Amino acid sequence: MIEKTAAELSQALANGEISSVELTQSYLDRIKKYNEELNSYITVCEESALVQAKEADKKRVHSDSSPLLGIPLAHKDIFCTNGVTTTCGSRMLHNFIAPYDATVVGKFNDAGVVMLGKTNMDEFAMGSSNETSFFGPVRNPWDTNRVPGGSSGGSAAAVAADLCAMATGTDTGGSIRQPAAFCGITGFKPSYGRVSRWGMIAFASSLDQAGPLTKSAEDAALMTNVMAGLDKKDSTSIDKPVEDYTATLNDSLEGLKIGIPKQHFAEGLTADVEKGIQEALCEYEKLGASITEVDLPNNHLSVSAYYVVAPAEASANLSRYDGVRYGYRCANPVDLEDMYNRTRSEGFGEEVKRRILVGTYALSAGYYDAYYRKAQKIRRLIKNDFVETFKEVDVIIGPTSPHTAFELGTKTDPVTMYLEDIYTIAVNLAGLPAISIPAGIANGLPLGMQIVGRDFGEAKILNVAHQFQQQTDWHRQKPNFGQET
Amino acid sequence: MALDKSEVEKIAQLARLHISEADADEVANRITDILALIDQMQSIDTESVEPMAHPLDAVQRLRVDEITESDHRDEFQTLAPETQDGLYLVPKVIE
Repeated sequence: MIEKTAAELSQALANGEISSVELTQSYLDRIKKYNEELNSYITVCEESALVQAKEADKKRVHSDSSPLLGIPLAHKDIFCTNGVTTTCGSRMLHNFIAPYDATVVGKFNDAGVVMLGKTNMDEFAMGSSNETSFFGPVRNPWDTNRVPGGSSGGSAAAVAADLCAMATGTDTGGSIRQPAAFCGITGFKPSYGRVSRWGMIAFASSLDQAGPLTKSAEDAALMTNVMAGLDKKDSTSIDKPVEDYTATLNDSLEGLKIGIPKQHFAEGLTADVEKGIQEALCEYEKLGASITEVDLPNNHLSVSAYYVVAPAEASANLSRYDGVRYGYRCANPVDLEDMYNRTRSEGFGEEVKRRILVGTYALSAGYYDAYYRKAQKIRRLIKNDFVETFKEVDVIIGPTSPHTAFELGTKTDPVTMYLEDIYTIAVNLAGLPAISIPAGIANGLPLGMQIVGRDFGEAKILNVAHQFQQQTDWHRQKPNFGQET
Repeated sequence: MALDKSEVEKIAQLARLHISEADADEVANRITDILALIDQMQSIDTESVEPMAHPLDAVQRLRVDEITESDHRDEFQTLAPETQDGLYLVPKVIE
């Protein structure tokens, strides 16, 4: 039962084949058995999960039929959860018990979803391998010597290893899509502003967006139905009606125009991944779609512009960690200055400090025009490329990552790690929605295909992803890890 | 643009971070590498391009200036490293 999609579990719960309490208990049992090796959870909420499950079972008796009622999920540890430790993968917040629920968390609670716990992540979501976490790296269930991707690596590994039915994540430069690709699951980043950022610990405010990590595109639609919507508490959340994202999943793809960016099939892409994506594209042709090459001429500048915008915004956002109101404080400070300096130096890890320094430099006197303003101009060029391309095609498809999951400890140089997100970062800079779905297996490791849509084209992307999953079973493939016969 | 040790110390001071003498060279080298990556964008002429602050060019939504939050002082203060009489304590600033 635990390997089923949320949509299937929903059916099983509705038919009375299983109760939410039984289902929740089976995930908790698996977490107990396998989490030590994977390290995908930082906090497990056994007691409260069972209370929520009981509550869900009771609601069902009173004919509550919310689609995700009683389904066990895990939240990335970047979302504030009332009364539950919320660490953001950092020593700085290792003891922080959030005094309120993030809007996203509140919405899932209201939908009767069961929270199993909080998942591991790169510290403050800064990383592409989950190796920067203060709580240690997460391991990829497909090969425990390899990384799960990042920053939502704990969520991706937990979904892939059936340690939850579905999970939340956040994506600033690829942090939902790349781990989804590495772990062989579905990961969806909605348009910027579609999901509230309130109570989601800030990294780069003009890029951050929350989304689902799931076992299918249909599940991603079900989760997005709960997550999306205007939130007056987030001034950047968009006032636009929320569609029912499940309503158009079964629309035909006859006549769909797919654009293939030549920049995503250039140098650096491994042959295995390219082959997988080409085969996936053949499936779309069979479904009646047409494929044309498109040009994103400024794509190669996206990583440069991103590493100004994201660190600059991070350096401002992370200035709040001063050891005064919450979180870590250094021992025996001699004066205020010493307290700030040591609290921040001891509380943050290397990568976070590095990005704060880069951001501080980019924003310091005399450099603003050369860096931040320049990056914002590049951002406009990148967005314009997409706007032009979407005049010709309905969706853009390519690989999510140039390769499959790499081994732990092999990418120690920051710039090499930053280039991991070469296909995903431009999408954040442009604020567009995009999904990664499993599209093949190469040398025993899953590979991911990215589908990018127009502004607020969530429903179309989910439709395009779902139709692929109706024709193929890549999303049903499981790692050997934790298989019980 | 290459950064040296003294520039890194200056930025660290602005960011309220302490970089140890032993780490300063390494940190300077890493940041220099990152700046080289960033500088790739300098090759493009953007003279006539309007900077984009928001991916959807949305403007900040305004609201009426009225109090909507309730008081959670006691609850929030339980999270603080040190408090006294409803105040947050820090090391002595004025002798």
